[in-house]
Amino acid sequence: MQFGIFTVSDITTDPTTGRTPSEAERIQAVLTIARKAEEVGLDVFALGEHHNPPFFSSSPTTTLAYVAAQTQRLQLSTSTTLITTNDPVKIAEDYAMLQHLAGGRVDLMLGRGNTGPVYPWFGQDIRNGIPLAVENYALLRRLWDDEVVDWSGRFRTPLQGFTSTPRPLDGVAPFVWHGSIRSPQIAEQAAYYGDGFFSNHIFWPKEHTQRMVEFYRSRFEHHGHGSADQAIVGLGGQVFMRRNSQDAVEEFRPYFDDAPVYGHGPSLEDFSRETPLTVGSPQQVIERTLGFRDYVGDYQRQLFLVDHAGLPLKTVLEQLDILGEEVVPVLRKEFAALKPAHVPDAPTHAARVAARQNTPEEVSA
Amino acid sequence: MTTRTLAVVSAGLSVPSSTRLLADRLTTATVAALRERGEDATVEVVELREHARDVADAFVTGFSNAALRAAVETVTGADALIAVTPVFTASYSGLFKSFVDVLEKDALTGKPVLLAATAGTARHSLVLEHAMRPLFSYLRAVTVPTAVFAASEDWAGGDGTSAELSGRITRAAGELADVVTGRPASARPADPFADVPSFEQLLRGEA
Repeated sequence: MQFGIFTVSDITTDPTTGRTPSEAERIQAVLTIARKAEEVGLDVFALGEHHNPPFFSSSPTTTLAYVAAQTQRLQLSTSTTLITTNDPVKIAEDYAMLQHLAGGRVDLMLGRGNTGPVYPWFGQDIRNGIPLAVENYALLRRLWDDEVVDWSGRFRTPLQGFTSTPRPLDGVAPFVWHGSIRSPQIAEQAAYYGDGFFSNHIFWPKEHTQRMVEFYRSRFEHHGHGSADQAIVGLGGQVFMRRNSQDAVEEFRPYFDDAPVYGHGPSLEDFSRETPLTVGSPQQVIERTLGFRDYVGDYQRQLFLVDHAGLPLKTVLEQLDILGEEVVPVLRKEFAALKPAHVPDAPTHAARVAARQNTPEEVSA
Repeated sequence: MTTRTLAVVSAGLSVPSSTRLLADRLTTATVAALRERGEDATVEVVELREHARDVADAFVTGFSNAALRAAVETVTGADALIAVTPVFTASYSGLFKSFVDVLEKDALTGKPVLLAATAGTARHSLVLEHAMRPLFSYLRAVTVPTAVFAASEDWAGGDGTSAELSGRITRAAGELADVVTGRPASARPADPFADVPSFEQLLRGEA
């Protein structure tokens, strides 16, 4: 199982000091956080894509290429890459390029984006969100899987004899996760292709995540990629920890109360009860996270959100220390002990290249 | 004997409130009207005052918490709905509308609904027709023709207004019972996962 962090790249005022970091400062902070993730032994760093303030990350492959050059082991991913407003040709090229630069340490999570005004900035319309996600991904798959592509569709100019370059590293395209909070169609898409399904998980009650994952798993089996419990599932999580549980609550509360996504609404206690948010001791985070398995089954990737809502860099780095030293080693051991042998590990480039070499006939199309 | 579930939403804020009082009279009359037609009813009341913060939280977080989900399921799963709001500033109260905003857009499609409102003066009575009924028409609910309005004078008695209110209550309850008894017992709302198009349909652009 892989453990890591995901960031939305928000630039948010620290509510306890009133100070807002500059773009330059926040961008450097995120690079520091990524390097720290590797240093403390986490597996994955995932970065969002946004095209409007207060977010900085408009160009995740640029940032991830820089992170790749400064790390050795860290798996680089996105949270998410916009499959609706990006040209699939450019996604195919950018992520294949990143895959080469990073020595295969790349996968990506596709999402639709939920901000209506962003779509027309890229020549699209949010009302076509699902059809765009379906058509663009169908093209992206072909661009990666087929050397020469003839293609025509509804949303972009046709392609004649087009070859996307560079070709995927070792002939194996980056693994794709499909992220969705509420659209079963996207879970169906993930299942159809045998790709991974990532449930954001952190902003909604667990019953909702459970239902989406159940649906994805049953459709994964329906489409013939293996049994339902072999489907590839990722979950988000949101934590804030201090050795003493009450200290964590006191320190995090002003950030919670003012947070862009849920601030000025429910109390920290109510939101912690309704969603997977866990504010407390490392032991509480361990227990809560192990509990996720009770309603989604054995899963492959757990990403935590730790650097949002204006939390200062120093605090975020302390959170990563606690995750790396006290939480993830225990989770790794406990989850591994529970996982049956037929449930696959999280996909990596090396494993997928090896799998392809073992079954050369059936996959080479 | 068929047993129907009757959901009652009251947006009154004081305890006790005239809005709840009107809701209770409509409920009693509807249960009686169903009995006359040979059907039983169980009643579940949703007092929106108890969910005022839950509703505000749902706007901020994008999801309904457990308590609010239970209230929403009471309403969406019932065979019929009695919806009663006080008139605030020429319309239904903000809390009433906010609760309706939390419902999924198809949650009340085809649902028999009796509309009612209370206010300090009869001059607000058309709120039922210019605000309440269009709201429920948009949601494709089946509103019964008689909507019941009660102003302060209707509770005062003495000059015949109380008797007229009772008459309106009985007529509205009868209309609601007529609609309900003509229908099969309510199924729970459609499962959003049950009719997800297959990926082949998605690829053909059929969904």
